[in-house]
Amino acid sequence: MIETADLSLVDWSRAQFALTAMYHWLFVPLTLGLSFIVAIMETIYAKTGREEWKRMTRFWMTLFGINFAIGVATGIILEFEFGTNWSNYSWFVGDIFGAPLAIEGILAFFLESTFVAVMFFGWDKVSKKFHLTSTWLVAVGANLSALWILVANAWMQNPVGMEFNPETARNEMVDFWAVLFNPVAVDKFLHTIFSGFLLGSVFVMGVSAWFLLKKREVWLSKMSIMISAIFGLLSSLMVAFTGDTSARTLAKVQPMKFAAMEALYEGSSDAGLVAFGILKKSEEKIGVEKQGHDFVTKIKIPGLLSIMTGGSRDVFVPGIRDLLNIGDSTRNIYSVNEMMERGTFAREILNDYKRARMINDEEQIKILSDEFFGNKEFMDESFRYFGYASLNLPEDAVPNVPIAFYSFHIMVMLGFFFILVCVIALFLLFRDKLTASKWFLWVAIISVPLVYIASESGWIVAEMGRQPWIIQDLMPVSVAVTKLSTGSVITTFILFALLFTALLAAEVSIMLKQIKTGPKH
Amino acid sequence: MKNSENDAPGLLTRIFRFYYEGFTNMSSWGRKVWIIIIIKLFLIFVVLKIFFFPDFLSRNYENDEQRSEYVLDQITKTPEADD
Repeated sequence: MIETADLSLVDWSRAQFALTAMYHWLFVPLTLGLSFIVAIMETIYAKTGREEWKRMTRFWMTLFGINFAIGVATGIILEFEFGTNWSNYSWFVGDIFGAPLAIEGILAFFLESTFVAVMFFGWDKVSKKFHLTSTWLVAVGANLSALWILVANAWMQNPVGMEFNPETARNEMVDFWAVLFNPVAVDKFLHTIFSGFLLGSVFVMGVSAWFLLKKREVWLSKMSIMISAIFGLLSSLMVAFTGDTSARTLAKVQPMKFAAMEALYEGSSDAGLVAFGILKKSEEKIGVEKQGHDFVTKIKIPGLLSIMTGGSRDVFVPGIRDLLNIGDSTRNIYSVNEMMERGTFAREILNDYKRARMINDEEQIKILSDEFFGNKEFMDESFRYFGYASLNLPEDAVPNVPIAFYSFHIMVMLGFFFILVCVIALFLLFRDKLTASKWFLWVAIISVPLVYIASESGWIVAEMGRQPWIIQDLMPVSVAVTKLSTGSVITTFILFALLFTALLAAEVSIMLKQIKTGPKH
Repeated sequence: MKNSENDAPGLLTRIFRFYYEGFTNMSSWGRKVWIIIIIKLFLIFVVLKIFFFPDFLSRNYENDEQRSEYVLDQITKTPEADD
């Protein structure tokens, strides 16, 4: 959609949301990771009582504070956009989204914002223990904030724990625990926070490497690299592990996204994982209009995709064409054609309900409510695919394959690269060759922008890969969008681009100044 | 009871002083980020929210019944009708 020159209202609305979310995500992961690194450093200070550790903690806390302050409240704009640009969606899911976001606001945000003051104003004014507890609470609070946002996002990827009320045209939460322990939410939360820990670690390593290149703050930098490399290594291993479990979940709940991430058009058992590949447009189309893709070149690990999804090389992994035409009976996944029929049936029933409501036909309303909307089989077997009724063609259910494929592979390759960076950092540190290894110090510095690219790529896979859905199988973006003038959306897009670029420039400028100044106290 | 009443003002004063001293002794980077925070919050909650991001359904429909009717119409349109 976004690649076409003729950008429509839907595309501009998506571009606006993507811009806001991606800028917001430049600030968030550093808060998640650096807060824990600072808490670890302060714990060592509290245990040893050595002033060098306090000085180190205060330096990294300053950089944390700058990032926290500039990033705070940037996520609120996303909530504004729901009400203005995505009003149909906002109404349709309001009750579900409300609970996690309210908990986020009340519990986590107040927890972190209260104790941030103690973190920065409390040195030498409160006891060491209380200060340390506050620092840990800020770290925990920041990550709890992320939990509730990610629970809400996971619901959009795999809607569970709700019932649709045709009277209000809204989904209502009936099982809070199903929403909280949604398998996508669990995977997403763990994968995201560990990736934030990794980003924080790479950031600390990069800044410390710069100090070492400048032959400044040698002890502080080496200790910072030691802590961040250990923390980063553990986090990166957890990122890889949770990525693997996410893949297994995805194959079940978002098989089309999973196939697009691997550019897998034809399914098979003993399916290989593409470790590296370059795509080109294929002459063969998918369906009527959509372009398929072939590989110009690729490095494939035989059987791994089948093993990742089902634990055995014999497991069949469906490709895009399989999902469009025949589905996957082994996982009870219908073909898109079948889901379009089921969705269309559900829409007809909802239309009947709407008409009955317009003429106040109470008897018909009761029949439809009892036989369909109150009937588990109808809800599970037909209404669950309601969104497919809004697709013009089956191939509309296929996301942009090159974007999903490249963003996924960039994320994975960089993920493994950072494991290597952490291992080499620890190796050089323990062999006392870190300061002499200028090549590695440069690698550590260059890793800072790379870790942001990896982090943003993860979200691009998650959000672009699930297109055309804003809520998987229930609501496509074309239905969710508010019918505003495209011009007004373009105006706000430009406003955001200016506002966020200014904020980012301010952050980078203040942070660079503080890094150049170095630790004080 | 009497003790807790006597303690309460002391605690509040201590909290006030904590914040007051924190803000007055703030470092230069702290002052800069606070200026940015204030400008940012003004832009987000006053300029953007009021002038650019009204709630579409609240502004255009009087009650929840009308809103649900509108959304019901939107979600039950055929793709052709949407075009």
